[in-house]
Amino acid sequence: MEISYFPGCTLKTNGRNFEGTALPLLELFDIHAKELDDWYCCGVSFSQSADNLMQQIAPIRTLVKAKESGNTRLLTLCAMCYNTLQRAIFFIKSDEDKRDIIHDFMYREGTKFYGDEVEVVHLLTLLKEIGSEEIKKRVKKKVDEFKIAPYYGCMLLRPKEVAIDSSNAPEIMEEILEAAGCETTYFPFKTECCASYQIVNNSEIVKARTKKIVNSAVKNGADVIVLSCPLCFYNLDEIQIEIKKEDKNFKTIPVLYFTQILALLMGIKSEVNNFSLHYIDPTPVLKRKGLL
Amino acid sequence: MKKIGVFVCHCGINISSTVDIEAVKEALKNYPGVTHIEDYKYMCSDPGQNLLKERIKEKGLDGVVVAACSPTLHENTFRTAVMLVGMNLYNCEIANIREQCSWVHKDKKVATKKAKLIIKSVVEKALLNEELEPVKVPVTRRAMVVGAGIAGIQAALNIANSGYEVVLVDKNPSIGGRMAQLSETFPTLDCSQCILTPKMVEVSQNKNIKLMTYSEVVDVSGFVGNFKVKIKKKVKYVDWDKCNGCGICIEKCPVTVSSEFNQGVGKRKVIYTPFPQAVPNKPVLDAENCTYFIKGKCQICKKLCPPDAVDYTQVDEFVEEEVGAIVVATGYDTYDISNMEEFGAGKIPDVIDGLTFERLLSSSGPTNGEVRRPSDGKIPKEVVFISCVGSRDPEHHFSYCSKICCMYSAKHAMLYKHRVPDGQPFIFYMDVRTGGKGYEEFYQRAQEEDKVIYLRGKVSKLYREDGKIVVCGIDTLSGKYVELNADMVVLATAIRPSAGVNEFARLLKIHYDENGFLTEAHPKLRPVESLSAGIYLAGCAQAPKDIPDTIAQASGAAAMVANLFASDHLLHEPLIAGVNEDLCSGCGFCVTVCPYDARKLNKEEGIVEVNEVLCEGCGSCSASCPSGAAQQKNFTDTQLVNMVKAILKD
Repeated sequence: MEISYFPGCTLKTNGRNFEGTALPLLELFDIHAKELDDWYCCGVSFSQSADNLMQQIAPIRTLVKAKESGNTRLLTLCAMCYNTLQRAIFFIKSDEDKRDIIHDFMYREGTKFYGDEVEVVHLLTLLKEIGSEEIKKRVKKKVDEFKIAPYYGCMLLRPKEVAIDSSNAPEIMEEILEAAGCETTYFPFKTECCASYQIVNNSEIVKARTKKIVNSAVKNGADVIVLSCPLCFYNLDEIQIEIKKEDKNFKTIPVLYFTQILALLMGIKSEVNNFSLHYIDPTPVLKRKGLL
Repeated sequence: MKKIGVFVCHCGINISSTVDIEAVKEALKNYPGVTHIEDYKYMCSDPGQNLLKERIKEKGLDGVVVAACSPTLHENTFRTAVMLVGMNLYNCEIANIREQCSWVHKDKKVATKKAKLIIKSVVEKALLNEELEPVKVPVTRRAMVVGAGIAGIQAALNIANSGYEVVLVDKNPSIGGRMAQLSETFPTLDCSQCILTPKMVEVSQNKNIKLMTYSEVVDVSGFVGNFKVKIKKKVKYVDWDKCNGCGICIEKCPVTVSSEFNQGVGKRKVIYTPFPQAVPNKPVLDAENCTYFIKGKCQICKKLCPPDAVDYTQVDEFVEEEVGAIVVATGYDTYDISNMEEFGAGKIPDVIDGLTFERLLSSSGPTNGEVRRPSDGKIPKEVVFISCVGSRDPEHHFSYCSKICCMYSAKHAMLYKHRVPDGQPFIFYMDVRTGGKGYEEFYQRAQEEDKVIYLRGKVSKLYREDGKIVVCGIDTLSGKYVELNADMVVLATAIRPSAGVNEFARLLKIHYDENGFLTEAHPKLRPVESLSAGIYLAGCAQAPKDIPDTIAQASGAAAMVANLFASDHLLHEPLIAGVNEDLCSGCGFCVTVCPYDARKLNKEEGIVEVNEVLCEGCGSCSASCPSGAAQQKNFTDTQLVNMVKAILKD
C-alpha cells in the first residue's frame, strides 16, 4: 500500500532518528510512505503571526499538493505538522467566509480546497488501524521490566477537534506499545504542555515544565519517556542537561521517539536510531534491557 | 352573507408605528362581508372590549375579526367578551398583525400591505365559521404522583389534603428520594432527615394516599381526566401484608453488598430497607446478590421470619390505575465522575461526588457522621471542593448552571470544618451564585466564621501521589498557578435528570429539553404544567433546584391538579376533525398519520371513526385524506382556499 507522506522540516534535520525509524517500520507492514514532491514547511511557525488567515496558506498549499498526489491520505509523523495540517482542514471546513477569502487569495494557483479531499493521518492512528495482532506478529525481541512512559504533550490532543484520542486521558500510545510487548507506566503529566516555543524567549518556563514532567515520570518508575513531537523531544531531552547543571539531585531520563522503541523491538538495524542526536544517551538503558 | 365586524388594535404604538391603520380601514371597509370596521388604541382594555360588545349589539354582527396580537395572548379575552353578548365564541377570530406583521417589519408600506392581507384572509375564515359547542369530558378525580422524593411527597400530601385520592409511585423500596440522603440543609443547617421524616410519616398515615413503592410505571394511555396507568410492582420476595417490619431477616442475613443509599461507601444486607426511617419500613430482597438465588442454599431469612413473610416464589406483579392527572416528580441523579477524565474519571478513591460526601457527613451514614475518607478511613485534614463539575461547560459537558452546587459546597465546607476543626477546606469556584433568602449571608459565614478558603479558578487536573491528591489549578485573582496536596476532593457534579426519565417522558408524550430535563408549558407563566394537558411537573425533573423551590413547585402542581378536579367534567376544544361518512372510503391514511390515536378504522362499516376527546385538531388527517372526508371544523378546505385566494387576489 502506498500513502502520501509529509515529513516536515525537523524530521530531515534534528528529527532524523524519528523518520529514520518510522519509515523502515512502515515497510514491515508493506506500507510505502511516498514523500510529497517539493514540499515545504507545514506553516507551524506562522501560527504565531497576527494574521490568522495568512498562517493557513502554507498548510492549505500542502494539502492541495497531497490532493494532487492522487492518494487520499496524507501521513505525518511530527505532531506539530499533524496539528497544523489537521487544523487547517478544520478551519477550511468550518468557516465558509474565510475559506472564500483564501480561495480569492489563491486564485492564480488555479485550485480550490474544501477540506474533504484529503485526510491527514498521524502515524499513531495508522498503527492503531493496523491493529495489535499485526504489530504483535512483527515483534522479534522480548523485553522484561522495561517501563515506558508515553508522553503526548498537546499537539496530538488539542484542540479536541483534531485530537487523535481523548484530550485528557489518551491511551493510543499505550495500546500500540503494549501490543509490541512493552510495559507502560502512567504518569499524571503525560498530557502536560512542554512549553513549546517558550524555549525561544523564556526558557525558564520550559525548564520548570521539563523538570515537572521528568520528575513525575521518574517517580512513577519509568525507564524512558517516549513521544511523537520533535519540539517536545528537544525541550524534554536537551533541557534536562541544563536542569542537571543547576540541580545535582535531578535524575535524568532518556527520551525517545516511540518509533525507535518499536524499530528496535522489530529487529530493524539500530543505526537508523541516530543516537548521536540524543542529549541524554539512551543506549545504556537499551543495552541493559537487551534492545541493543 | 354573514355580517362581520373588523376591529383593528393599535396596541399603543406596537402596531400603529409600522402599520398605517387608516389605510387598513380604507382597504377593508368595502370588503365583501365586512359591515363595520373600527380601530382602537388598546382593544384588550376594558373600554376596548366594551366597544366590541356594543358594536355587536348595535350593528347586529354575526362574527368579529379582531386584528391585534397573537391569539395565544388575547383570543380568550375577546372570545369571552363576545360570549357575554350572546355570540358563539367560535365566531370571534383573531388576525395576528403584531407578532406576524408589525413586529417583524420595519417598512411601513410592506407591513401595511401585509396587515390588509392577513385581515382579509381571516375575514374569509370568519364568514364560513360554524357555531360550535365544547366537547364535555368526564374527569376521574384521582391523581398519580410519580417519584416520592420531597417533590412527590409534597405534591401528594397537598392533593390528598384537598380531598382527592393520590397514587404515589416510587421505584425505590422507600419514599424520601434524594433528600433522605442529605445530611444537613442550607442555609439553616437543619438535619435533612429530621425535617423530611415527619412528611414521610404523614404520607404513610394519610388515608387518601395509596403508596406504591418499589414500583415503576410501564405504560400510560388515555388523556387528561382519564388516564390509564399500568404499573409494575417489582418483585420483593417479601409478602408485605404479612411482614411486621421486625428486621430479624436484615440482622441475620449473612451477605453484605455495597449500599446504593450510601452511594457505595457503606454496606447493606441482601435483604434490606435502604435506611432506618424507611417508609414503608419493610424489606425487599435483592435476588441478584442472594446466596439462595445464586446457589440454592441459605434461606436464613425465610427460616427466621416470625410471620413467615419471605416468599421466594413471588414474581413481578402488574396493576392498572385510573387517574385524572399525573404529577411527574422523578428527581435527579448527579453526573457520574467517570465522565471527568481530568479528575481521574472515578479511579482515584478519595475523589468523590457531593452526594457521597453527604453520606459521610450524615449521622446515619456509614461513618456515623465522622468525616473519614473512603480509601483508608483517615480523617482528611485538607479537603478541596470543586464546583461546576460538568456544569457551565458547553464544550465538554453541559451548558447550564446546576444551581444548588454553590450553596451545597459552602455547606459541605462548613460542616467539614465543624466536624474537623483543625482541617482546612478550600473551594475552587467560577462564580459564587447565592440567589435565595439567607443564602448570601450563609456564604459570607462560610468564609468569615469557618475560614473556608475560596479560590477563583478552575482545576486542570488531579492525580494521586504519596497518598495525597495533588490538585492543580489556577487562582485567577492572584493570577498564580496553585498546587494543593489534598487528602480528599469533593466534586460538585452537574445535576442530571434521573436515569430513564426520557423514556418515561416519551411514554407520557411530554417533552424534554436538550439536556433531558422535562419541558414546562411556558418558561415563565406555566412553570408547573407540561405541554400535555393533565400532566404536571415538580422538582428537579424539570430543572435543577433547591428544596424550597422544589416544595413551591410541587405545591403549585398540586394546586393545578386540585383546579382540574374542581369540576367533574372538562371542556375540550370542539375544533376537531370529523369524518364525512358519505365521502370516507375507509382507506385508513388518516389513522396512520394521527399522532393522538384519535382515529380508528371501523372495518365492518368501512369508514373511520373519531374519538373527539383525543383529537387535538392538528389537521394531519385533513391534509392526508385523499377524498376530503376528514375536514377540520372551522378550518375546512373551502375556508382554507378562500383564505389563500384573499391573499393572492391583490
